[in-house]
Amino acid sequence: MKSSSGGNAVKLFCVRNAVPIVFLLVSAVGIYYSQFTAEYLIQEMLTRLARNSFLVLSLLIPIMAGMGLNFGMVLGAMAGQIGLIFISDWNISGLYGMTLAALIATPLAILFGWMCGVVLNKARGREMVTSYILGFFMNGVYQLVVLYGFGSLVPILNPELVLSRGYGIRNVTNLDNIRGTLDNAIPLDIMGIHIPLATFLLIGVFCLFIIWFRRTKLGQDMRATGQDLSVAHSAGIPVMRTRIISIVISTVLAAYGQIIFLQNVGTLNTYNSHEQAGVFAIASLLVGGATVARASILNVFTGVLLFHLMFVVSPMAGKYLVGDAQIGEYFRVFVCYAIISLALVLHAWRRHADRERARAALRGNAGGAA
Amino acid sequence: MQRGTMGAEDPLLRVEGVGKAYFSNRVLKNVNFTLGKGRILGLVGENGAGKSTLMNILFGMRVIQETGGYEGKILIDGQEVHFRSPMDALKAGIGMVHQEFSLIPGFTVAENIVLNRETLVYNPLVEAFGDRLTTLDRKNMSQRADEAIARLNIELDSSTPISELPVGYKQFTEIAREIDKKGTRLLVLDEPTAVLTETEADILLDSMRRLASQGISIIFISHRLQEVMSVCDDIVILRDGEVVLQTTPAETSVRQIASAMVGRKIEKNEGAGEERALSGETAMEISHLWVDMPGETVRDVSLSVREGEILGIGGMAGQGKLGIANGIMGLHPAGGNVTFHGKNVELNNPSSPLSLGISAVSEDRRGVGLLLEESIAWNIVFTSLQMQGRFLKRVGPLKLRDEEAIAECARSYIRDLEIKCTGEKQHVQELSGGNQQKVCLAKAFETRPQLLFVAEPTRGIDVGAKKVVLDTLKRYNREHGMTVVVISSELEELRSVCDRIAIIDKGAVAGILPASTPSEAFGYLLMGAGSDEAEKAASDNSNATEAARA
Repeated sequence: MKSSSGGNAVKLFCVRNAVPIVFLLVSAVGIYYSQFTAEYLIQEMLTRLARNSFLVLSLLIPIMAGMGLNFGMVLGAMAGQIGLIFISDWNISGLYGMTLAALIATPLAILFGWMCGVVLNKARGREMVTSYILGFFMNGVYQLVVLYGFGSLVPILNPELVLSRGYGIRNVTNLDNIRGTLDNAIPLDIMGIHIPLATFLLIGVFCLFIIWFRRTKLGQDMRATGQDLSVAHSAGIPVMRTRIISIVISTVLAAYGQIIFLQNVGTLNTYNSHEQAGVFAIASLLVGGATVARASILNVFTGVLLFHLMFVVSPMAGKYLVGDAQIGEYFRVFVCYAIISLALVLHAWRRHADRERARAALRGNAGGAA
Repeated sequence: MQRGTMGAEDPLLRVEGVGKAYFSNRVLKNVNFTLGKGRILGLVGENGAGKSTLMNILFGMRVIQETGGYEGKILIDGQEVHFRSPMDALKAGIGMVHQEFSLIPGFTVAENIVLNRETLVYNPLVEAFGDRLTTLDRKNMSQRADEAIARLNIELDSSTPISELPVGYKQFTEIAREIDKKGTRLLVLDEPTAVLTETEADILLDSMRRLASQGISIIFISHRLQEVMSVCDDIVILRDGEVVLQTTPAETSVRQIASAMVGRKIEKNEGAGEERALSGETAMEISHLWVDMPGETVRDVSLSVREGEILGIGGMAGQGKLGIANGIMGLHPAGGNVTFHGKNVELNNPSSPLSLGISAVSEDRRGVGLLLEESIAWNIVFTSLQMQGRFLKRVGPLKLRDEEAIAECARSYIRDLEIKCTGEKQHVQELSGGNQQKVCLAKAFETRPQLLFVAEPTRGIDVGAKKVVLDTLKRYNREHGMTVVVISSELEELRSVCDRIAIIDKGAVAGILPASTPSEAFGYLLMGAGSDEAEKAASDNSNATEAARA
């Protein structure tokens, strides 16, 4: 056992960061074949960083509280979208519109998050699969409300939003009133590359919040709860409440993240936009080298960059290599799920390895002999 | 025999006539002792002597109130107290360090010491979102941790993560946590040295002396007599819920404590089995076995079982005796070498020992041993049918269960073992504990093993059934030449059926003695006093003892 300490530091680093390294290599090959210019790629990456980082950052707090990857963040995304539907209807534009959407989304997200938290507390140890299925279930509720409730129970004034039958929101909602509002709030162009400075500032504030949050009593309690529920409980920490709070915070932030995401995209796919928010955000985080039990801010940005780099280059690389952009398209969706599966398997494997190690410490002399 | 600080001042803790019965089962009666400020009291007793119940009373554990409270009085500083919850006890300045660690592995030593009692700093967000958004003052936290560590007089860097510490230092971290609590005046250490190496244990004992000199009183629960002798000011020995001896190290000897502890006024070899001439051939050879059974870790056991004997394996709870059988039977991850009649027993594969003719009766009869919702008959033949393909009859291309043979077999065991039931079709869950145990034995016998492990055969069963179970084991051993390994916490029970008894301590064999050795000698082994002392006691006391260390 002693021999495995010396020259294996590099190997350990590679094993720990296997996923980002593989992505970097694949992307490098992709960039070469895609024939994109540097300007184009940099612009794309900046846009996508601004668009997605907030959503991915919202995943960090539940990981800290030991609840794994919060697939339930789609609930927050739904809340954000409901806020956006209202401001589109009332035709309130610009930053005011975004703020109002966030204000509408907040209580909804708190409600969803609290519900989700209560359910996950009853499914301790199986949080991820539970939150994933909960997302599907709430998707149904969301569809029911938006497809049947809006325009009938909930008054919608703008007929352009409503389906021709008189109730229910159309498949595509135009978000012209807030398109790019935040991204262009502080105009900044360097060498022809547009930089969405205000969005980055907001993301920066968010990062500071997370760093500060880790230093609070609540943050410390979450870390304790995440590492050993029963010990934290016996120390008098209200663990169940702490877990619910972590999910509520995550859900609320996911709602804001979705609003920022959609202001960049400019159109809301009423019944689809939220669906992929969860899976793509989680895949990005994992590509950045995070695990189910540990994730940092650095993982978020590395992950968003690498994941979207591949997203951008793979269709073109596919087209030039095989003559078919579909191959790249297919590849990126397939990789997305492969990454999540891999991360889950690695997590289980690592936990097993940790237990083995703990066991070896108990063996006394017999362990050495065996 | 009241000693200690009996001046004008009231002692810190006074226990007066404390007793406790769980319904009709009396576990403590009329316990009296006092503990002065800055003194260390050793609380010694076998498993089930009442130590835990006494501590539960002291801590106001809910289980005590739920079962009707306790008798007698507990006084702190001369004032009678009634703790309704552990929180009350904590407020009164009583701290406890349990055997299982309650530490957060990824936190540093400092974070663990101040866990949920962190130093907090106010910030304006608290007004909006409540107290939990106060920030942590890490500098002050590590300062507090360092102070607590300094009071223990040990070397420990408070910024090390717990997961990187050796076991002993985890123990110190727990103690430091209790010390950091404001107003901790009485510290209860429950078997703190059980998991420590000798050097670590020595450091711990030094720390305890140091804490005592700072005015903290300590109740030290341990079965390691030498530690008790070296560190304690007063010693209280409990047996069967009563204080049998209250003394000081100066007035007593390890031997006196050992015999007080295992005592039972030695029923004159009535227990000890007769000496038999055995072939001396080795049936099973165990070498360097380790087993990862939670709570019963086996670290390094080497042992040989002789052909045709009844070998007893004894030891305190948690020292690993139960792990041996479970490891060999493949129920918990294990390593090392085990051979049976020269053939290798494959570990971690339950079918290997079974196919070699080794069976086991589990200590967890309701969980592992029995199919509770099935009939007696099906329980008895289950293993033989599944593993050995017996009780089957051929009908054309199919193999069917031979119900008639199964019923006949069950009936014969019901008669033989005096199983009280309505018939072989009765469900096992309806039987009493003793009769369930008999079904377990029947099931093991029916596999016709050459070697049988029986773990805690008499746990939780009544006296009559106990006798039948033990007699049956003896009879099968004598009549069928079946080698038996009995694992039990009850030393007297082992002495009554076994030829030799091995005592397991800290996951290894502390010593093996013939069953006729006086129980005092086993007491030494049980309490980690070393095999030399035990042998001395054995040869001093008994002229019938052979030099019998294997």
